[in-house]
Amino acid sequence: MANQLGFYVNLSACSGCKACQIACQDKNDLQDGRKWRRVVEVEGGEWLKVGEAWTHNIFSYYVSTACYHCENPPCMDVCPANAITKRDDGIVLIDEDKCIGCRYCEWACPYGAPQLNDSTGVMTKCDLCHDYVDAGQKPACVSVCPMRALDFGDMDELRAKYGEVENVYPLPDPAMTRPAAVFKPHKDTVLTDSGSATIVNGEEI
Amino acid sequence: MSEKNLLNDLVNKTVMSRRSFMKWSAALGGTAAVLANGGIPSSLAQNADSLGSAFAEEGDVYRCACPAHNCGGRCPILVHVKDGVITRISSDDSNYDEIDKPRVLACTRGRAYRRRQYHPDRLKYPMKRVGPRGSGEFEQISWDEALDTVASEMQRIKDTYGNQAFFVPYGTGGSGGFNGRGTAMRLMNLFGGSLNFYNNYSWAATQVATPIVYGTQSTGAQRQDWVNSRYILMWGWNPSEMIDGTNTAYFVKKARENGAKVISIDPRQSLSTVALADEWIPIRPGTDSAMLTAMAYVIVTEDLHDKDFIERCCVGFDQSQMPEGYEDEESYVDYLMGTVDGVPKTPEWAEAITAVPAAKIAQIAREYATVKPAMMYQGYGMQRREWGEEAVRAGCVLPAITGNVGISGGWAGGIAFQVGGGAGGAGFPSGSNPISASIPSVEWHEAVLRGTEMGPEDGLRGVDQLDTNIKMIYAVASNCLINQHPNINRTAEILADESLCEFILIHEHFMTPTAKFADILLPAAMPFEFYGITGSWKYGEEAMFQRKLLDPPFETMSDFDICAAIADRLGLGEEYTEGLSNEEWMQRIVEQRRERYEDFPTWEELMDNNVGFFQRRVEEPSFAFKDFRENPEENPLDTPSGKIEIFSAAMFDRNDPERIPAVPKYIPEVEGPFGPKASEYPLQAMGHHYMPRVHSTHDENPWTKEAFPQRLFMNSIDARERGIEDGDMVRVFNDYGTVMIPVRVTNKIMPGVVDLPQGAWYDPDENGIDRGGCINVLTSHRVTPIAFGNTQHSVVVQVEKA
Repeated sequence: MANQLGFYVNLSACSGCKACQIACQDKNDLQDGRKWRRVVEVEGGEWLKVGEAWTHNIFSYYVSTACYHCENPPCMDVCPANAITKRDDGIVLIDEDKCIGCRYCEWACPYGAPQLNDSTGVMTKCDLCHDYVDAGQKPACVSVCPMRALDFGDMDELRAKYGEVENVYPLPDPAMTRPAAVFKPHKDTVLTDSGSATIVNGEEI
Repeated sequence: MSEKNLLNDLVNKTVMSRRSFMKWSAALGGTAAVLANGGIPSSLAQNADSLGSAFAEEGDVYRCACPAHNCGGRCPILVHVKDGVITRISSDDSNYDEIDKPRVLACTRGRAYRRRQYHPDRLKYPMKRVGPRGSGEFEQISWDEALDTVASEMQRIKDTYGNQAFFVPYGTGGSGGFNGRGTAMRLMNLFGGSLNFYNNYSWAATQVATPIVYGTQSTGAQRQDWVNSRYILMWGWNPSEMIDGTNTAYFVKKARENGAKVISIDPRQSLSTVALADEWIPIRPGTDSAMLTAMAYVIVTEDLHDKDFIERCCVGFDQSQMPEGYEDEESYVDYLMGTVDGVPKTPEWAEAITAVPAAKIAQIAREYATVKPAMMYQGYGMQRREWGEEAVRAGCVLPAITGNVGISGGWAGGIAFQVGGGAGGAGFPSGSNPISASIPSVEWHEAVLRGTEMGPEDGLRGVDQLDTNIKMIYAVASNCLINQHPNINRTAEILADESLCEFILIHEHFMTPTAKFADILLPAAMPFEFYGITGSWKYGEEAMFQRKLLDPPFETMSDFDICAAIADRLGLGEEYTEGLSNEEWMQRIVEQRRERYEDFPTWEELMDNNVGFFQRRVEEPSFAFKDFRENPEENPLDTPSGKIEIFSAAMFDRNDPERIPAVPKYIPEVEGPFGPKASEYPLQAMGHHYMPRVHSTHDENPWTKEAFPQRLFMNSIDARERGIEDGDMVRVFNDYGTVMIPVRVTNKIMPGVVDLPQGAWYDPDENGIDRGGCINVLTSHRVTPIAFGNTQHSVVVQVEKA
């Protein structure tokens, strides 16, 4: 049993196609706008006309993001109903039978992972496809990525295989919650918020 | 009614006479270990070893082809079915993923398919038009009434006008053999034929231009060879979105991992650019041949060209190798140096046209000519333009003069079908057309309007003159009557006139903009509701089984069954079906495929062992022109000279040098930044192939639409000049029409260019302003000079805040 399962996200290979997002919606039957996995588009740079030509330093990259099954999950801490638990393998789950729909977890989570199911009035989020994982399969998002940009597994193994980068803009500082994720940056990835890059697809996420 | 209720409604109303599907999970023990070791022939173990057990709980799981439509990819998916309803589409979870036999992974569109299948707006019953044509006013009728009407109209039109009056337009919504236009062509062919078309909306110019230079369309390689390339120019090529063969973007990624430098030349920073390119060079749309020409200028003046290859394998490069009888004409080097026109094609010349800095053009030229082998891959967007043939020819010449042709890791350019490989074979035959008359695919509106007046100058072939205008259009799985056809407003006017085309018959899944123009509209079943077969087309080594998992809901019928029923009314039923059902046809096709590939699965293996997917391994990838390069005398090309024709005597002989030059040239577009309309319409509009759709298919899907809403993408500088802010509603217009759509202000598109992704459904308001964001409201009926191809990407517009 892994101590902590988590995701690997290779920003340098991600095309922002959102196959992961929709595979997740399909697997979890999210037909009401909820996106347990979503893809943030980041952009920066300027255009400059020199003579007849346009020059630029425009850059862009995508961050596919979901629940990071944090080592210190703030959602769990704030839940008044004790509806959120962390399994031995690190997967953070919401017990929808216990959830009272107060949305504290949504406010506490810096990743916006918990999302309200309007029709049932309870919170929902990425469960790392624990049913697949328990059966030896990969999570839906990982298994469908056409660019093979996603992986999952035990965090120690992921770090050994993919390195130690644990933060990319626009994700929040990992120090507080210890998200179970490791990233391979895109060549243009901004590691921390320096004002040089912005999220440009707000309406899509 | 909510969608969920409609789904239940759909399920309940449908007589679910569930077939006795082999429940593979039960039959085979339901664990991966058992599957890997038992029940499946060893030759198929590669296919079967990945079927996991975790999915079994979600219902029965079937390995099927993604319906694909006209997607650039063809992908296997796992379809979960529970109580007669598709509950999930999951991935082929193979552990094997090597370059010689990669996993074949469906994209965003395939992932979202369930919401297309169970969309509440699916057409459910036969209908007849009751309002003016195009109004979208219909009334439900019985199948008997529909079929009787169709049969009597077909007979009337045949008797009155003859078979040239029938037309089955281009349409690519079906990809399995038993759906799509092929089913209608079979019927029409049996009925005496119909007016043909040649070329298509995708490749018209390149299919003609590539053979002008190389004598063939098979100028490509199997993609495994790409990892041998050291330098890749992705020129207007966006495989991550249009999926130019499943895994194509992945193969570029592998080439990059192997050390290739990748440059993207594109007016917008595409998904592919972000994922795959080391550098993005924006270029004005429609000016590609100017940059290519200037690159050639740099290569030649800096003596970087491959003189040996040019001498052995090309004609018309310079005065020393002009074909006999053309010695005094303008060679390619003459054009580059401005010997005749007085204009040297320097990088500075090209900078003013392309907006690419001259130094950058020179740098890319040097890198391309010296970092070998190099691959310059041109997308097809640049050939759906006014001078599409020239962009392709110029793109073929550069690989030739740098000697990147006929070598591993190189790339000859052009349409670039792969040499060798594939896994295709027999399908449902559409027969042959007794009518020889043929028009360009995109010129049918002219044949409706004035067919009998058309001649060779309009691209008419096969006859000197048509006997009749088009009087009946039979569109199956085609949104090309309106949505995907240029100049929608003019086209709609032609179609709406019932005195011109007298009868329009359409099979569809949805009330598309085209379907609204039907006189009789028939509800087609979707893939998963009948059997079919599909496979990789341009690149790839795969074939896939389209399995019938569901009964057609409501009163829908497959295109095959609809055509068979019409054929029956016309006394051609037995000839149409040959006495076989859809399932029996598939069994025949599988046997025919097995004659070609002995390890192709049997019908029983497909059905009982859930194989569903056939993939060939590529160990030694093939590439084009190897033999030619080694010995061009013994292995000549299929060109008039037997060599690579930089100068084409055939084009010279057309005697139309301003439009059809003998060497590839840059020619400014009418609908372009230097054309007569540029001051009124200062922005170029492109309509790229957008991730959420395959052309106009999937525009109805809430999941893909939510992920990628239809927007006008506009540079921040252009937006600022117009007082436009991100999210504003804007008016996009030119002489052809007006679109109103929210804007996305972004710096990922160059100034002077806006992008209205093609394929969104035309949705006119009461003033005729399109609210759906369909770029074809803004496109022209102009065709290319050699191929008579569509020019739908040559568009200029103005944009203002609404």
